[in-house]
Amino acid sequence: MRWWRRKQRDEELARELQCDLELEEEEQRERGFSGEEARFAAVRAFGNPTLIREQTRAVWTWNWLERLVRDLKYGARTLWRSPSFSIVSVLVMALGIGATTSLFTIVRAVLLRPLPFRDPGNLVMLYEHYRQNTGGDGFNAVAPGDYRDWRSQTHSFEDMAAMRGYGGIISGVRSEFPEVVQSAGGSANLFSLLGVSPVFGRTFTEAEDQPEGQPVVLLTWSIFQRRFGGDPSIVGKQVHLDTIPTTVIGVLPSWFTYPDSKIQFWLPYAQTFSPGDYGMHDGHQSMVVARLKPGVSAAVATREVSALQYRIHVANASKPVAEDVWFRPMIDDLAKNVRTPLLVLLGAVGCMLLIACLNLTNLLVARSATRRREVAVRGALGGSRVVLICEQMTESLLICLAGGGFGLLLSLASTYWLAAHWRNLPRAESVHVDGWVLTFTLALVVAAALLAGLVPAISSTGKGLLSGLRDSSRTVGGSGSRARLRKTMLAAEIALTVVLLISAGLLFKSFLHLRTTDLGCRIDHVITMKFGLPEIQYDTREKVVRFHESLLERVRRLPGVRGAGLVSVPPGAGPSGDKTFSILERPAPGYSLQYDAIALTADPQYFSVMQIPLLRGRVFTERERLTNDHYLIVNKRFVDQYLPGDDPVGKHVRVGWDTKPEVYEILGEVGDTVNDITKPVPPTMYFPILSGIPDRTSEATIVAVTSADPLTMSMPIQRQISALEPELPVYNALTMDQILGKTSASQGFAANLVLAFAALSLLLAAVGLYGVLSYLTTQRTPDIGLRIAVGAQRSQLLRLVLFEGLRPALIGLIFGVAASALATQLLRSMLYGTQPLDPAAFAGAAAMLMAVAVLACLIPAWRASRIDPIQALRTE
Amino acid sequence: MAKESKQRSTVLQGTLDMMILKTLLYGPAHGHQIGKHIQRATNEFLQMQHGSLYPALHRLEKKGWVVSKWETAPDRNREFKYYRLTDKGKKQLVVEESQWKQMAEAVARVMWPAAKES
Repeated sequence: MRWWRRKQRDEELARELQCDLELEEEEQRERGFSGEEARFAAVRAFGNPTLIREQTRAVWTWNWLERLVRDLKYGARTLWRSPSFSIVSVLVMALGIGATTSLFTIVRAVLLRPLPFRDPGNLVMLYEHYRQNTGGDGFNAVAPGDYRDWRSQTHSFEDMAAMRGYGGIISGVRSEFPEVVQSAGGSANLFSLLGVSPVFGRTFTEAEDQPEGQPVVLLTWSIFQRRFGGDPSIVGKQVHLDTIPTTVIGVLPSWFTYPDSKIQFWLPYAQTFSPGDYGMHDGHQSMVVARLKPGVSAAVATREVSALQYRIHVANASKPVAEDVWFRPMIDDLAKNVRTPLLVLLGAVGCMLLIACLNLTNLLVARSATRRREVAVRGALGGSRVVLICEQMTESLLICLAGGGFGLLLSLASTYWLAAHWRNLPRAESVHVDGWVLTFTLALVVAAALLAGLVPAISSTGKGLLSGLRDSSRTVGGSGSRARLRKTMLAAEIALTVVLLISAGLLFKSFLHLRTTDLGCRIDHVITMKFGLPEIQYDTREKVVRFHESLLERVRRLPGVRGAGLVSVPPGAGPSGDKTFSILERPAPGYSLQYDAIALTADPQYFSVMQIPLLRGRVFTERERLTNDHYLIVNKRFVDQYLPGDDPVGKHVRVGWDTKPEVYEILGEVGDTVNDITKPVPPTMYFPILSGIPDRTSEATIVAVTSADPLTMSMPIQRQISALEPELPVYNALTMDQILGKTSASQGFAANLVLAFAALSLLLAAVGLYGVLSYLTTQRTPDIGLRIAVGAQRSQLLRLVLFEGLRPALIGLIFGVAASALATQLLRSMLYGTQPLDPAAFAGAAAMLMAVAVLACLIPAWRASRIDPIQALRTE
Repeated sequence: MAKESKQRSTVLQGTLDMMILKTLLYGPAHGHQIGKHIQRATNEFLQMQHGSLYPALHRLEKKGWVVSKWETAPDRNREFKYYRLTDKGKKQLVVEESQWKQMAEAVARVMWPAAKES
């Protein structure tokens, strides 16, 4: 059947039926019925011609398509008739679907898509685990000595490789264009283990992967393109790394951005250590990736390594060597920090989408109620229920399709923004929209259309046709069940909103807590700037000290600078290296109480410049310099933890440096400064930076207090540095405010997003509440008019309507608070200084919701109390 | 029109097509005649419902077992849509007839085993 012949065919069918009906009529007349009676008898015997026509048409192939087109046409026309409703609904669905799609895109790229390595399911990361471990997640970095023993003495894994983060200054062969970049050290077998082959050149050999091997470097695609213009002839040429002439041996493929895309080049793992350190068991900085043998589970394979580690631990009882080895699949390892925030955000947008669907359902139920009589009449005339339901569904399908279309556009734009602005999002570069994402969106559209459309469609076609026909506008009780349905949905909507509001409140409170963390030092008007003196030129204490002292002198003389100091790592800038030590006057009771503190270096004026209070003793003076350097200053936390109730001044500390332990005398105690605002303050030791020991003090940060905007002083200070050492690059020129913002940014990001979703949901819930209540009030106008006519007070009516609207809000609130008590437990790992059951967040969210609910109810209630009884009763 | 569903089940599913084909074996007929014939032949036992007759006719036509043509009725001065069996339809009728016979015998053997043996 050609569809264009459809019309002709339809006419023919009508004619055929008409002929046969007339024939039937004739026969009935022959039986003795009179004209009119004969016709009725014929129709009775024949059946409903329209229905027969429809059923016959169903045989034709194109019928379903025709019906769909017709339904879509009707749906579009209905929507066109109320453009404001349609636009708002489409926008709401677009927001919901768009946001959910965006989050799904990111979740898929980060958590679900397999890593781009060979056979990635068999890759695990191995970590050391201390049985006494109190802080952290129990997964600790690996010491190079441990890794080397694991690799040579165990056979349960196919192979294992090590890598570590590293820094470096890359420059041309004449030291031109120095540039500070992030790099990494990788063992010779790392790339083959992962299944990565270089685009040009080769990877490291075992001979190069030795502490004093031939200096070689592998470039990542990004620096290869950026700095070397994508010219493959760079392979085999030399560059300077930290002023050491190094041969470029290869270029890694563009997709290789593991462990993150900031890494610019790779060095042989062993070359990132001094020969003495390469075998150490007590310096932890490496990551170990291992490939499972086929058929061997990670737990079984790790057990053998763990047993070896315990033997290493026993052999090094006096040092901080872990007892056990833990493993974690590589994909989980990469996403460990973003997993919870991502899932929380996905949950939040899911809730928002659900709220949007419920809202749409509610609006459609209201609209279907006005069409109830039309539907009843059509049902009575033989319209099948399925057809009627389908027709009503198309309306929600159209809204959801349009919403989904816009949402997809929205998410295309927002996904990349999200991925780019999410600090430290692993695999951010692999975030893109693909077939799976499109399928997901389509499924979302269908699910939303079903959810939003099915309930109103079923409820409006369901009840007895006769009652629908009999219904007059006067009836009040007739739509009771529908009102109940709407109120239930409203309560669900409000419960979801409460969960979102409370979660957002908690996250936001935690974020504020982070922002207002007292760093323990001055924050305003401070600029910081980091530099690292190349150890080849600055190879003696005298040279380093001379640089530091002349720099301080020059910066302090600058107009606009009120003070300047030097420190290895400024407060708030994140973790820095720690050292183990023992206190001579108070020996540790055993290894289980291994003493360990952050080791910083500072100059005499640093503490006064940063307003870090001196609690006891004194700070460094100009006398503690060069070899007269065996003095240190500790922070309050150090004293609280290792010398509780004791005066630290004059105590002696033996610190295990790489070569041999050295004894230092404690000069004083200063206040705590926070180095990572999401973590508690660690015990800290300050060593004199003016000792000038090249390895320990050549990397420093100058902190300067300025009288004007600190950023304006950034260039003048930088000029002083280049006046002393023209080719010395400066990095991280940041104000203290910026440092603080950077560390709390990712928390703030998640908090702000959830807050935005919660605000939208609140708005949606308010609109829903207002819509339902206005509708109910309009429906009850005659009833209310009657009440006024028989003497009801306006205040009574106000209360009546208000209560009617607030009841679902209250029920929703109760369920929402109960659900939040469970849901917020999932947020625990994202909260700092805030409890999951924080009463302020709960009370705040509840109060805000009730306020909005009252507002949304007040307008219809007020309108109800102003009803003119005469007018209302006349309405029929 | 909920009532009609009760009567529609009176014509066994799948047998209607066969009965229509059989009716047309005697010569071309229009819808009304086919319906009346089946009704009369079964002594009014089967209440022919037009609601299933016409869809069935159109289905058979689509399958190519019958063809239709507007023709003037011999007894009346009016055009009716006459259905005529095709060769393909005749073959189909044979197939369906034999299938139905097997089916009926099989059912009978289960229902009245003794009667068969005697």
